[in-house]
Amino acid sequence: MICRAPTCDEAQGATHAGTNGRANVWRRSTPGRATHAGTNGHLSGFRRLPRPSPHRHAAALLLAVLIVACTLLGRPVHASQFDYGLEPRRIAEGVYVLIGATEDFSFANGGDIVNTGFIVGATGVIVIDTGPSRRYGEQMLAAIARVTEQPVVLTLNTHHHPDHFLGNQAFPPETLAALPGTIRGIETEGEAFSANMYRLNGDWMRGTEVFVPRQRVEPGRRTIAGRDIELLALGGHTDADLVVIDHATGTVFASDLLFHGRAPTTPHADIPRWLDSLDRLESLKNVQRWVPGHGELTEDTAPIAQTRAWLEWLTATIRDGAEAGLDMPELLATPIPERFFELELAESEFRRSVVHLFPAAEQAALAAGGVRSR
Amino acid sequence: MRFRSFSLRCLVVLAATFAVVAVDAQPLIGIGERDPLESSRWRDMQRQFFRDAQVVFDPRVRVSAPAVAEDPLAVPVAVDASALPEVEEILVFADFNPILKVLSFHPGAARPNLGFRIKLQQSSPVRAAARTRDGVWRVGGTWVNTTGGGCTLPSTGSGSPEWQERLNEVSGRIWPRVDGGERVRLMVIHPMDTGLAPGIPAFYIEDLVLADGAGNELARVESFEPVSENPVFTFDLPPGAGSADALRVGGRDNNGNPIDGRVTR
Repeated sequence: MICRAPTCDEAQGATHAGTNGRANVWRRSTPGRATHAGTNGHLSGFRRLPRPSPHRHAAALLLAVLIVACTLLGRPVHASQFDYGLEPRRIAEGVYVLIGATEDFSFANGGDIVNTGFIVGATGVIVIDTGPSRRYGEQMLAAIARVTEQPVVLTLNTHHHPDHFLGNQAFPPETLAALPGTIRGIETEGEAFSANMYRLNGDWMRGTEVFVPRQRVEPGRRTIAGRDIELLALGGHTDADLVVIDHATGTVFASDLLFHGRAPTTPHADIPRWLDSLDRLESLKNVQRWVPGHGELTEDTAPIAQTRAWLEWLTATIRDGAEAGLDMPELLATPIPERFFELELAESEFRRSVVHLFPAAEQAALAAGGVRSR
Repeated sequence: MRFRSFSLRCLVVLAATFAVVAVDAQPLIGIGERDPLESSRWRDMQRQFFRDAQVVFDPRVRVSAPAVAEDPLAVPVAVDASALPEVEEILVFADFNPILKVLSFHPGAARPNLGFRIKLQQSSPVRAAARTRDGVWRVGGTWVNTTGGGCTLPSTGSGSPEWQERLNEVSGRIWPRVDGGERVRLMVIHPMDTGLAPGIPAFYIEDLVLADGAGNELARVESFEPVSENPVFTFDLPPGAGSADALRVGGRDNNGNPIDGRVTR
């Protein structure tokens, strides 16, 4: 029925269905949703013009051909075969990552906008996030099998956003594990996320269903599959964000607490808590490399500084705007400071974040006004 | 990769442009003036809201709203007709909403601009028509794309007893403006149920009046179901419009529950 313009992105489903618990509105069974995913929202303008004519059919055909052509030209993967082209990159002994695009969800990228990873131990493989779809999960599992013959013994979802758990289906169910808050989030909002992902990514999602992890992970340091692993239960990006540290190599999988070269998303954010989590990450000793949830990995703490700078600017801009009596459309017109130009999707994430965060700031500002009711 | 992605977007835009040109080649029958938003509903809007009155599209009526709505339950909209002289009424509607009319604003002593949030059921033009003293309706608007569903969802408040206790509670604040005028922002606690969520009848604020301390009306908003839950309104008053001490907020919902609050400086 509706095509959203191509500024959809990470955890986009979170916003509509998630924050207010209105879970079952954008079900994938709704006719036409998935088919229109990935096309431009402005098309809805013509769709409603009266009486289709040969002109319109020709235009639609031309458009379809061009979109398909652009899709094939624009990506190294072949959408027609639904192949994500996953090539695990070895970043340390036994540690591999799959770096996604710093883009929005779209049919062109099939939802591969997220970083996943795995750690190969002496007796098994630890998987960190399963990607945006069943196909991704299956292709990730196949990619792991090209690297090692060890079985997957633990499959972690770092948090409950759809690009981090919708590949769960491909992995042995008994290995699926997450923090209790993440399990709760997937249970309550998973279906709505899934429906939205069908809409955004189209047929890449085929066959994807929500698989809720049954195993609750506890934070702490222990040996898993022969690796010295530490799990940190943090939060702020969502209610529960799991950080995975491989001590032997000093690798930190920081989940979506870190964004690098891409503006952070905030549909479930608690920003003061998020900033505390960044402090905690920065205090970690002997870190050799950081794997952010989105964006390129680094050996320095640049993603921490970048994520913190963005969140602090965002909070201050929204709070100051509310305190100055601005309304949302005025705040939305705020220019992005030049220092954030290096971040992909800064404009669109700022606009989304204003919608997520302004109402609370506004209520605080209005409560400070002199009012007597009744 | 980035370059490729950019070129992809360019090509899609190019393709869309071709398609628009092809569609535009069709004759648009019976429309005196072409709708700049190219909505197939424009003629219906014209018939429904303006009948025999003179209607023109006028860029001086500015409607600001995000091109893509993050939340279909609360799409921020600002209407500004202050570039026009003698605006008596501003009518706001959305072509593709199941309930078209959003609100009617009588600016009175206030400036003819207003901020508020609306629910959208699907992507739609959001339009403002400003009626000037000469009786002419001057129309501006913008397309808002959304996943939709905003009108058929139950309000948060409809399921909460706490909300009922706070019904029609007003909060607000007055800010001095650099031009010597004032900005007034108000929030009223109200579920603003559309009647389109199963089993929940329409329940919404019909009338909201901003008055000076003595009770003289400064501006009035007649609101309808598509205004968002717990509506927030932004008014701008020119210098000297309000009285020195306080402003009063009055009104009622469609069940007759009164709104009565005082906003002090």
